[in-house]
Amino acid sequence: MDDKRLDGRASRREGPRAAGATQASGAQPTMGMPAPGMRGARAVEKARDPQKVLRRLLAYLRPEAWPIAGVTVLVVLTTGLELAGPYLVGVAIDRFIARSDLAGLMRVVLLMVGVYTLAWLAQYRQSYQMVAITQRVLRVLRRDLFQHLQTLSLRFFDQRPTGELMSRLSNDIDAINRVLSQSVVELAASLLTLIGMVGVMLALNVWLALGALVILPLMLWFTLHMGRGTRRGFQQVQANLGRLNALMEENIGGIRVVQAFRRQGATLAAFDRANTATRDASIRAQLLLTLLRPMLMVFSNLDIVVIAGLGGWLALRGMVSVGVIATFVLYARRFFEPLLTLADLYNSIQSALAGAERVFEILDQVPEVRDRPGATELTDLRGHVAFEGVYFSYVKGVPVLQDVSFVAEPGQVVALVGPTGAGKTTLVNLLARFYDVDQGAILVDGHDIREIKQDSLRRQLGIVLQDTFLFSDTVMENIRYGRLEASDEEVIAAARLANADQFIQRLPEGYQTQLSERAGTLSQGQRQLLAIARAILSDPRILILDEATSSVDTRTEVQIQQALLNLMKGRTSLVIAHRLSTIRNADQVLVMDGGRIVERGTHESLLAQRGFYYRLYMSQFARAELSPAQEPSLAEPPPSLATD
Amino acid sequence: MRATLRLLRSMKPYRKLIGLDWFAMACLVAADLAIPRMLQTTIDRGILRRDVSMIWQSVLVMVGLIVVSAAATAGITVFSVRVSQSFAADLRRDLFAHILSLSPGNLDRWQTGQLMTRLSSDIAQIAQFVFMTMRMFLRAPLMIVGSLVLMALTNWQLALIMLVLMPATLLVFVVYANKAQPLFIQVQRQLDRLNTAFQENLAGVRVVKAFVRARHENERFEALNTDLMERNIRVGHFLAILLPILRYLVSLGIVAVIALGGVLAVRGSLAIGQIIAFNSYLLWVMMALTNLGMMVGFISASDASAQRIFEVLDEAPKVSDSPSAMPLPRGEGHLALERVTFSYDGEGREAVLQEITLAARPGETVALLGATGSGKSSLISLLPRFYDVQEGRVLMDGLDVREVTLDSLRAQIGLVPQETILFSGTIRDNIRYGRPEASDEEVIAAAQAAQAHDFIMSFPDGYDTLVGQRGVNLSGGQKQRLAIARALLMNPRLLILDDATSSVDVETEAKIQAALDAFKAGRTIFLVAQRISSVLGADKIVVLDRGRIAALGSHRQLMATSPLYCEIYRSQLGNAIGGA
Repeated sequence: MDDKRLDGRASRREGPRAAGATQASGAQPTMGMPAPGMRGARAVEKARDPQKVLRRLLAYLRPEAWPIAGVTVLVVLTTGLELAGPYLVGVAIDRFIARSDLAGLMRVVLLMVGVYTLAWLAQYRQSYQMVAITQRVLRVLRRDLFQHLQTLSLRFFDQRPTGELMSRLSNDIDAINRVLSQSVVELAASLLTLIGMVGVMLALNVWLALGALVILPLMLWFTLHMGRGTRRGFQQVQANLGRLNALMEENIGGIRVVQAFRRQGATLAAFDRANTATRDASIRAQLLLTLLRPMLMVFSNLDIVVIAGLGGWLALRGMVSVGVIATFVLYARRFFEPLLTLADLYNSIQSALAGAERVFEILDQVPEVRDRPGATELTDLRGHVAFEGVYFSYVKGVPVLQDVSFVAEPGQVVALVGPTGAGKTTLVNLLARFYDVDQGAILVDGHDIREIKQDSLRRQLGIVLQDTFLFSDTVMENIRYGRLEASDEEVIAAARLANADQFIQRLPEGYQTQLSERAGTLSQGQRQLLAIARAILSDPRILILDEATSSVDTRTEVQIQQALLNLMKGRTSLVIAHRLSTIRNADQVLVMDGGRIVERGTHESLLAQRGFYYRLYMSQFARAELSPAQEPSLAEPPPSLATD
Repeated sequence: MRATLRLLRSMKPYRKLIGLDWFAMACLVAADLAIPRMLQTTIDRGILRRDVSMIWQSVLVMVGLIVVSAAATAGITVFSVRVSQSFAADLRRDLFAHILSLSPGNLDRWQTGQLMTRLSSDIAQIAQFVFMTMRMFLRAPLMIVGSLVLMALTNWQLALIMLVLMPATLLVFVVYANKAQPLFIQVQRQLDRLNTAFQENLAGVRVVKAFVRARHENERFEALNTDLMERNIRVGHFLAILLPILRYLVSLGIVAVIALGGVLAVRGSLAIGQIIAFNSYLLWVMMALTNLGMMVGFISASDASAQRIFEVLDEAPKVSDSPSAMPLPRGEGHLALERVTFSYDGEGREAVLQEITLAARPGETVALLGATGSGKSSLISLLPRFYDVQEGRVLMDGLDVREVTLDSLRAQIGLVPQETILFSGTIRDNIRYGRPEASDEEVIAAAQAAQAHDFIMSFPDGYDTLVGQRGVNLSGGQKQRLAIARALLMNPRLLILDDATSSVDVETEAKIQAALDAFKAGRTIFLVAQRISSVLGADKIVVLDRGRIAALGSHRQLMATSPLYCEIYRSQLGNAIGGA
């Protein structure tokens, strides 16, 4: 039993806290208390600048100033009423029971019922309001976080794994939730209760109060001391647990390698070391944490003995009444609760501030790519694209593109070829203005794209990526993503042009089939057809296309080829090409290596140069022809191709 | 509850500590129950009768009781923490060891994340359950019964109050379980939806930006966000009504004791000290009841955790040594598949491989070609016996792989998986992963063959460079080369390369190919490739189509005989040429 008093803050604390945790973190919906390990573990991190974080957090609370004022009044009221209860018990005993005044007893009993009922209502009202305040604030915080993320540039997302950003939304906001929904009110109530009890006790009987309060500083010291030890202990637990989890995760993720290389024994031995270390650290840390509460209970029992002894001694001298002793006993039983709350709060407030700081850190990120003041809207695009001496690097000092210049006339198809890491993807990223160039300029219809509003530029671009991203929604909505106002008929027409209609019709619910995030039900080829349909629907002037490298079955392959031809028709297209057919069809081929355009021309002219492209072509597409029996001859096309 | 019972049965090794724990709990309950009694004595027989020696006497007894309760509390804490953490560590070890023994066929059912949940949060939940059980299980009922008996002995009329109070408290719990839990589940679902939307926007950030959909996504998120807020408020409001009731009930109980006790006291059948003691007992009962209520809620959660853990523990490895398995002698690396049919569900439905017959002689390179989903990777994973075939046989040097020990079979296979997996540690550790006893010279030789030596030496710490989270960031191609070195160091009879050079640039790939050519004498190499150019030099090319061998032969033979091969060849090397 966890030594909680039901008449104190205990029931109020445990219930809603568990609920709070459930609301935000998704812990199982039970009335269980949070695992001690978890509670301590959360306290490991600290905000770097707590004051600043607090100020900003308060700014979020400002719109709720009046409701919070209301709650404050209710907290004071509740605390006062609850303190009145034990006092009235004393009064009932001394004035009425001891004097056999039944009518008076009934009056005070009615008064008590009234006081408790009022306390109940006030507490209900207070929780009711606080829930709404907290949830409204959290909603704004989540909204701000999400909307701000939408404005940030790709470099930001490159630098942070999805899991880390997810943790801002779930863990950090959850930590704030816990503090707002429970701890703030608790803190106030605890302090008020403590002060109130001390005050009432002193007023009732100074000597007995001094005797009873002697133990308070001791309890306070004990609580703070244990708290420090616990935090240190849980830091160790966290560190150990981190190592253990990392070990388990990488070995389960790589189980095939573990088994193929017969490392089960060695892995288990390493696991045992980490597991034992974690166990021992947990035992140490949890002992401290768990001892706190019962030890405070022992202190409070000790206090009751002091009250009984000293009270008895005083009573014999007529300096105190039995009723007052009864009141003191009831108060002493509640002494340790505010202390426990304070100990708990320290941890949860720390982690909430740390969480808030991380959230604000994101909110403070300035989008790297921004619309300049006076940026123009782009309308009626012809589709002329020019790169002029473009330099770019993701990390300073590591150039990814160097001196890239080329021109694509409206309607032209430009194929980008080159080995992995040559900078092809970067080049198309720059055209979409996912990043800004370091030097040089990119012009669309003669306008520097930095002088154009991002939205209006991207509206004219159609982007089909290699790994098609689908949202968990229906097939219909996924295609409609290309143009939100498109009608169902337009969506279906686009799907037909993209050769996607056939397979969609065969899906269990056709266009209404629900796709999951990873869209496991669709093959890679089918997913790409959907992306093409999406791009067709958006009807862009300029098309950016990243061809899939992996092979799909031949039928789908042919369908994709046709769909792409449909798509490219009449548009300026920039294609990261992996298929020879695409390259051969291109108006110009840009050969990239090490961030530069090393050769340019058409497929034929490039082969004739016998330079980098020629070697690339030979290794990529014609290794077989390099068999010793045969001299590579490219004056004429490779033999197998010539058979056609 | 069955899983919980099974869990408790498996705690036998801790019998002694649990026994001590129960003893300590009994002591604690006795002391806790005695203290109000002594307080009553102090007041009624000491203070009210002005008997100083009685006061000191009972105070001394109380101090003694407090010492007992402090010792018992400390004991319970030590026992419960020790047992719960040790038991959790044991359980985690059993589970992890079992997972290591399972074959991929078993593990396909769970994602790594799901197994991690079982190993971390589910185990933590169980630890918490054991911890709570050891602190409460015996104590709360003892406390309730003891308090009720003492209350009845003190004054049975007054004890009748509990007949109202206890059912009312239970009712609150029932309402909570029936009404609040469904609300929690709704909140949880909505939270999942919100998280999904958030995650999609992170993963699909390029798409959102490319299609200029920020506003659309903001609206979508805002709708989910507002809905979540409303549901949270609904739950919160419900709890705001329900939870204060518990405290209100206790307060009303105290008032009732004062009122009724007062009347009885005035009539002389009850002493004032008894009223005070009665109040204490009332608090004990209500507290124990609340704790039991929490416990019940906790049991259902931890039972679900236990079920999830047992689900894994009860899974028998699909691939294991047969009782008669013998070690595979170190042979030449003859490999044969005879009429192999295989499906992942193990029942032959939706076979991913059908009637595959294929033989490879030592020194031969066999290349597998085919579209995604044609069965290449499935075929490869039959060789180290990650899965067992449903029909037919896989033979290594003439022995059915099911008749030899897994350990001896895998010792002769070097695997370079499609997805490169390195482990945290140094580069050296990773390369000699399969042969920890390999010398530094051997490690370097393997790295050189895999074209990894140069880039390794470019790091300040060379072979001692750490990889993984705390180490350097290796590019995909660099990782693949380390994986190749790791496999080469095994000095295997059979080398399996599953799309192993996809991220390596063309010139390096050519160098690796050359190294492999030198290596392949007396060994068999199986390779899977997406690019047709990577397979052209193989001795045998196997074209897979929907789980069947569509064509088999050298490049030249296939160009002459297989229309499908020509079609793949042309689709990759350009069908525009055909029309040109």
